[in-house]
Amino acid sequence: MPSDAHTLDETARQIRLLDLEAVFRAGAGHIGGEMSAIDILTALYFHTLNIDPTEPARADRDRFILSKGHTACALYATLAMRGFFDTAELSTFLQPHSALNGHPNRVKVPGVETNTGCLGHGLPIAVGMAKAAKIAGEKWRVFVLCGDGELQEGSNWEAAMAASQFKLDNLTLIVDHNRLQQGATLIDTNDIAPITDKFSAFGWASRTIDGHDILSICNALDASQVEPEHPTCIVANTFKGQGISFMKDRVEWHHKVPSRDQYEQARRELEVNT
Amino acid sequence: MMDSAQTLHDCRDAFVSSLQDAATQDHRIVAVCNDSVGSSKLAGFREQWPDRLVNVGIAEQNMVGVGAGLANGGMIPFVCAASCFLTGRALEQIKADVAYSEANVKLCGISAGMAYGELGPTHHSIEDFAWTRVLPGIIIIAPADPVETRGAVQFAAQHTGPVFLRLSRVGVPELFDAGHPFTPGKADVLRDGDALTIIANGTLTHRAMHAAELLSRAGVEARVLNMATVSPMDVDAIVAAASDTGAILTCEEHSVHGGLGSAIAEVVVQQHPVPMKILGVPGIFAPTGSANFLLDEFGMSPDGIQQAGLSLVQRKH
Repeated sequence: MPSDAHTLDETARQIRLLDLEAVFRAGAGHIGGEMSAIDILTALYFHTLNIDPTEPARADRDRFILSKGHTACALYATLAMRGFFDTAELSTFLQPHSALNGHPNRVKVPGVETNTGCLGHGLPIAVGMAKAAKIAGEKWRVFVLCGDGELQEGSNWEAAMAASQFKLDNLTLIVDHNRLQQGATLIDTNDIAPITDKFSAFGWASRTIDGHDILSICNALDASQVEPEHPTCIVANTFKGQGISFMKDRVEWHHKVPSRDQYEQARRELEVNT
Repeated sequence: MMDSAQTLHDCRDAFVSSLQDAATQDHRIVAVCNDSVGSSKLAGFREQWPDRLVNVGIAEQNMVGVGAGLANGGMIPFVCAASCFLTGRALEQIKADVAYSEANVKLCGISAGMAYGELGPTHHSIEDFAWTRVLPGIIIIAPADPVETRGAVQFAAQHTGPVFLRLSRVGVPELFDAGHPFTPGKADVLRDGDALTIIANGTLTHRAMHAAELLSRAGVEARVLNMATVSPMDVDAIVAAASDTGAILTCEEHSVHGGLGSAIAEVVVQQHPVPMKILGVPGIFAPTGSANFLLDEFGMSPDGIQQAGLSLVQRKH
């Protein structure tokens, strides 16, 4: 897979365009959180993950869980770009009987590992996956992406304790830290800061990165960065709506749908930002 | 009241011995628990396969999620916890991570029903049929004796997909011969009769058989069905019971709302309406008492079931 910054940035730009178009056509989606996560998804699917789109269920594949399942469209666009299915299928997003539901379904979409949508479920499942690899003596790794507001769910902290207890150094949690949840800022809702300190206190190796610097994400995800016997937490500082000026860092774009004018402006901005 | 002459068995013993047999044959089988090594009787499993016993501590949501992740990773997890906490605390994980995701997870609800007796309604699991049977794709089994428990565990180990084993610790006599085959989704006709059908499972099956003997002495012959599988239902057996005997009495260690009786009633009213009576916990939080005391209290002593049967027969056309 390509590892130069320009190629990865270009891939992320194309995924953003696919996401924008799918959300606009469907008239629904969670575009703000999708834009904040797409650079992370690009780093994972086009650099880090050991996966094979022609054999999505290969036993020794790396596992990725999109715990913030409401940003499914970004995952679909990424999977399509990576060759798991045709990008043309993105036009069916949210249409009756489409495989591309508002939240990902492993039974219907190749490359999806588990059905998410209920927040706080991804990390416990990831702990189980990582534990399975340890029991079987397998080398594959497990990655999970959750929202920062999602960390308000207590199940994450049950899983955080277990991951540390089980010494799951094959597990990496990435927190999409865009500081905005559905209706307000985290700070005004239930501030979970300091995230890295909390995970460190739970026995994790924690660090903060720029979640829109793809090479920085790739480096942070590299196996060489793993601290033996400790799970890894990467807090990726991001912006909701990244890449589109009028959406960026705006809480209302959690699940707002662009008008035609806004869609066309967003397209122009994404096409210029090469 | 119970027949004190019978030898009574704690079905957890059959559960763990058959789980260990299955784990010997299939290295993918792992046990997951919530600090419940003792109450789930997993000490022997842990001793034999310490690396395959995943104790997440007191954290049921994580426990079920971990089970789903282990299944994704190629393992066959038997997730063991007191049924009240397994199904109540982790219901959303059971729905999304196990049922909806079609994960190969075996949920083992230990000490279900009112097995914890005097510990009270926080520890009673008389809602678990209702909560789980509305979820598509989970096979729900409440075995009636050690032989059926063994068969259910063997089935769960070999079947690919979610299973909920609802197990009790309350002593029950052996009802089946050692070689009795367990067939999921099929009820066993334990006794035939034409006046009514009594359908039960779990700890109520032997009480239903006892009641049928009392009814027979009164000249009323009851068919008795052991319906261990609550989902999917044995629709044919229910329709045949309604058609052949014209009345159905159900007995369960569960609320009368949403459990075995409700599931049977859904079939009866739509396919072959006949008079029914549903015995169970009557929509209340149970008072203090042992499981056997409470079952008697709620009209499910053999004599109580007999009386309900006699009343039901009077309602036949």
